[in-house]
Amino acid sequence: MSTPLYSIPGSTPAASAAEPAPTTCATSGARTVGEVLAQSQVDAVIEELDHDLVGLAPVKTRIRDIAALLVIDKLRTNLGLQAQAPSLHMSFTGNPGTGKTTVALRMAQILFRLGYVRKGHLVAVTRDDLVGQYIGHTAPKTKEVLKRAMGGVLFIDEAYYLYRPENERDYGQEAIEILLQVMENQRDDLVVILAGYKERMDTFFRSNPGMSSRIAHHLEFPDYSAAELLAIGERLLKQQNYRFAPGAREAFAEYLERRLHQPHFANARSVRNALDRARLRQASRLFADRNRPFTAEDLSSINDADIRASRVFQGGPVTSSP
Amino acid sequence: MMTNTGNRLTQGQFAFLPDLTDAQITAQIEYALKHNWAVGVEYTDDPHPRNTYWEMFGNPMFDLTDAAGILAEIQSCRKTFPNHYVRVTAFDSTRGWETPRMSFIVNRPTKEPGFGLARQESDGRSLRYRISSYATDRPEGERY
Repeated sequence: MSTPLYSIPGSTPAASAAEPAPTTCATSGARTVGEVLAQSQVDAVIEELDHDLVGLAPVKTRIRDIAALLVIDKLRTNLGLQAQAPSLHMSFTGNPGTGKTTVALRMAQILFRLGYVRKGHLVAVTRDDLVGQYIGHTAPKTKEVLKRAMGGVLFIDEAYYLYRPENERDYGQEAIEILLQVMENQRDDLVVILAGYKERMDTFFRSNPGMSSRIAHHLEFPDYSAAELLAIGERLLKQQNYRFAPGAREAFAEYLERRLHQPHFANARSVRNALDRARLRQASRLFADRNRPFTAEDLSSINDADIRASRVFQGGPVTSSP
Repeated sequence: MMTNTGNRLTQGQFAFLPDLTDAQITAQIEYALKHNWAVGVEYTDDPHPRNTYWEMFGNPMFDLTDAAGILAEIQSCRKTFPNHYVRVTAFDSTRGWETPRMSFIVNRPTKEPGFGLARQESDGRSLRYRISSYATDRPEGERY
C-alpha cells in the first residue's frame, strides 16, 4: 500500500533515481589529460603547492602521483572503463613542524578539485574528539565526528594516542574499530588522514595491522635543511609585511645554524616562533624612540640586533660559522 | 481536487508524491545543509496530525556539510523502526525564524489503515468531531 494509486504527471520515481547525481567537477567527456586538468584546475593547486611550500620533495612527488592516478581514472571512467575507486586514506609521519597539517589542507583541496570528495572541507580532530569518557560514550562521539567529516577529509592529529596498550580497557580501541569500518565501507564519502611522529606511528600501525593495511599511502615528511628553513622564514615575514634589514638575513641564518642543534627544535614552527620573538624585540626597540617619526621602512624591517638578542646567541660563538 | 486514495499519511512536504528515493532525499538534505539548517531524524507510531512532537532518533545534527552522514542516520532509523513513520526535519535557528523549515516523511509502515471520524452530539444541535488513527487503538509499539 506504500505506492499511491494515482499517477504522477511527468517522470516515475524509478527514472529519476537512475539519473546520475551532478558531480562536483564536470569532467565528463574529456579525452585527454589536459582536458581533465583544465576542467578541474588541479594544475593550479599543484603549482601552488610547489610554490608555497618549501622543500618536502618526496611529499610533493607522492601528491603528484596521486593526482595523476585520479586524472587517469577520470579518463577511464569517461570511456566506460570502470575501476574501483582507489583507497585514498593516508598517513603523514614526520617531526613536529614539518607541515603535515598544511599539506592535509591542500590535499583536501586537490581531492575536491578532482571530484574525489564532494565538499573538500577538512575536519581536524585529536583523541579527545573521538574517544569518550565512559562506556557507551565513544561510539556516538566518533560517529558524530565522522558525520561531520563526510564529503571531506578527516585529519586525525597524533593518531597514535588512539591506541593505549598500557590500558586494555581504553575506549580508544572502540573508536579505532568504528573508524576502520567507515574507512572500509564509505570510502567514497570521506578520506581519513592520520598524522603523527614517525616512531610512535610505527608502533601504532604495528599494534593495529588492520589500520595499516587500510591505508594505501604512507607519506613521510623529512626535516627541513637550514637553507629551507631560512626560505620559510623569509616567506613568513613577507606574509606579515615584514622583511630582513641588511645583515639580518645572515644573522638569522646563523641563528638557525645554532638552533638546529639544540633540543626541542620544531622545524617551521620554531622558525615562526623565533620570528615572532624578533618582532617583539623590534617593537620594543622602536617603542623606546618616543619622538622619532617612523617610515614604513622602519616599521617593517627586522634588524640584525633584533635577531642577535636571542637567547640562542648567548652560549658563545659556534665554531662552524664565522 | 487532489484526493488521497490508499490512506497514505499526508504530512509535511512531498506527502502526495510517491516515496522519495535515497538520491532524492540526499538532494533535499543538501538543500537544507546549504542553508545551514540543523537536520534531525524523528519517528513515531502515532500519526495524528496534532501529534507535532515526534521522538527524535539520535541527536540533532549541527555543523554538517554533507548529506551522507544524515542518510546513514536515516538508514539506521529505518532499520530500528521499520514499521514506524520516520521524518526528516530541518531546523532554521536564524533569529526570527527559529522553526523547522523543512519536514518530510522518509519511511512509512507497510500498511496504513488511515483515520476514523467520530461524531459526538453535544449541547443543542451542535456536533463535535474527532479523528483518530485506527492503528492507535492498539498500544504503543504494536500499532503497525
